[in-house]
Amino acid sequence: MNATTPHRIVVKDLNFYYGKFRALKDINLDIADKKVTAFIGPSGCGKSTLLRTFNRMYQLYPNQTATGSIMLDGDNILDRNQDLNKLRAKVGMVFQKPTPFPMSIYDNIAFGVKLYHNLSRNDMDERVEWALKKAALWVEVKDKLKQSGMGLSGGQQQRLCIARAIAVKPQVLLLDEPTSALDPISTAHIEKLIDELKEDFTIVIVTHNMQQAARVSDYTAYMYMGDLVEFGETSSVFTNPKRKETEDYITGRFG
Amino acid sequence: MFLHEARLKRQSLLDSLFRNLTRLAAIGVLLLLASILFSLVMGSMPAIHAFGFGFLKSADWDPVNDKFGALIPIIGTLVTSGIALLIAIPVSFGIALFLTELSPRALRRPLGVAIELLAGIPSIIYGMWGLFVFAPLFADHVEPWISDHIGALPYVGPFFVGPPMGIGMLTASIILAIMVIPFISSVMRDVFDVVPAMLKESAYGLGSTTWEVVMKVVLPYTKVGVAGGIMLGLGRALGETMAVTFVIGNAHELSKSLLNPGNSISSALANEFTEAVGELYTSSLIELGLILFFITFVVLSIARFMLYRLGKREGKAS
Repeated sequence: MNATTPHRIVVKDLNFYYGKFRALKDINLDIADKKVTAFIGPSGCGKSTLLRTFNRMYQLYPNQTATGSIMLDGDNILDRNQDLNKLRAKVGMVFQKPTPFPMSIYDNIAFGVKLYHNLSRNDMDERVEWALKKAALWVEVKDKLKQSGMGLSGGQQQRLCIARAIAVKPQVLLLDEPTSALDPISTAHIEKLIDELKEDFTIVIVTHNMQQAARVSDYTAYMYMGDLVEFGETSSVFTNPKRKETEDYITGRFG
Repeated sequence: MFLHEARLKRQSLLDSLFRNLTRLAAIGVLLLLASILFSLVMGSMPAIHAFGFGFLKSADWDPVNDKFGALIPIIGTLVTSGIALLIAIPVSFGIALFLTELSPRALRRPLGVAIELLAGIPSIIYGMWGLFVFAPLFADHVEPWISDHIGALPYVGPFFVGPPMGIGMLTASIILAIMVIPFISSVMRDVFDVVPAMLKESAYGLGSTTWEVVMKVVLPYTKVGVAGGIMLGLGRALGETMAVTFVIGNAHELSKSLLNPGNSISSALANEFTEAVGELYTSSLIELGLILFFITFVVLSIARFMLYRLGKREGKAS
């Protein structure tokens, strides 16, 4: 882990339980600011679970609990008194499948912004344009902002979801297998976008696709059965893994 | 080879037989509908000849002098159903919302089953309960308060003044509301349940509260199903007979106040058909039935049309 990069998120002794099942085991991990950190590992290893602790999404479901601490800006995310709405303004999320809301493209972007700010019509227009430009979608949709977001193609929908997440101006962007439902061209679009977005945002991405992790991330965490097996700079994890298990996984001998 | 061909031939014969059988069944439904309509129209011919369109506007209901008008039962049916929906929609929405979003998992099943059981109670039970239990309580504890307080308000006041009798239009509306709540809320719950978890999570992920998620994401996503559930409830409320007959008061009097007794089409039919003497009396009742048929048809058509328009607008938008 690089001591020169400031850390945005510091995870300490994190354990996670689905009922009695322990899905994450003593995870310790630092997420670097304005870098891309990838979580890889076989299905069920806990990478999505780990991601979903960062915005406490697990809170929606009963019997899911986390212990330990996750510090963001000196605040413990897991603190019982943590204001979830404020937390989620700071930590945005994009899901496996595009999830446009049943409303116009414009309203999709404005949805999150309206929850926190009371912008004038002009400011809102600017914010929507800014987010869509950031998500590299503006050119394609600028003439049909009033149309339903459900009518876009899959890749466009996913960029709409990214625009919607960044419109709130979060610090951290969580991407949960954002390209798993997309075709290769749309995937390339999104990967290029991730590369541009890390100038402004700290990005954490869960991916099934090791090549994707190698292409887009600066740091990689390999997880297996709830353990964080190896964590380090992507280049060294992929070219010179310290652990045998990591090597087996990335060379395709397993998983 | 010969055997094989014979079997093929037999099967294709059976096939066409079966096809025609199903076609017959489908056409049978249409024929049935048409003949019901036809007999209603034929049956009401004497009344139509005698009263013309005046039948719809007249509030007379005088069997002794053979003067009949449908205004009171029509108003009764529309008003009781409308008020029932006004009460039932928010309550059902709350029930469905609680069951899908807020309720602890352990409560979900028992509550859901309880609501479905409510839907299965025969309407005469609701009627008896309404007459013997609800109406006296309502008369003693609620109606005096309504008459004193709401009745004193400007504009709406006149609708809520009257003697606390327990039975009347308002009581009928409330009983109807209780009867349609299980239908509307179980449809709403079912459609809320099919909203993808990921869509809700995306809204929560932006920092929405449960209320915002439901109002801005879940409800728009399920609006067609929700509207369908409401229409189902309305259809049931319009045609409901026994429960309404018990508590509406069955008075052919036009009254502004909801606390006074009134009449609805279906309860007028149920009460008076056996004692209707004379062609005109019977015919007037049949015409009432025709009107009810027409009202439900129009309501359902409007609902269909609204959903169609909604669907088309969405389609155009995409």
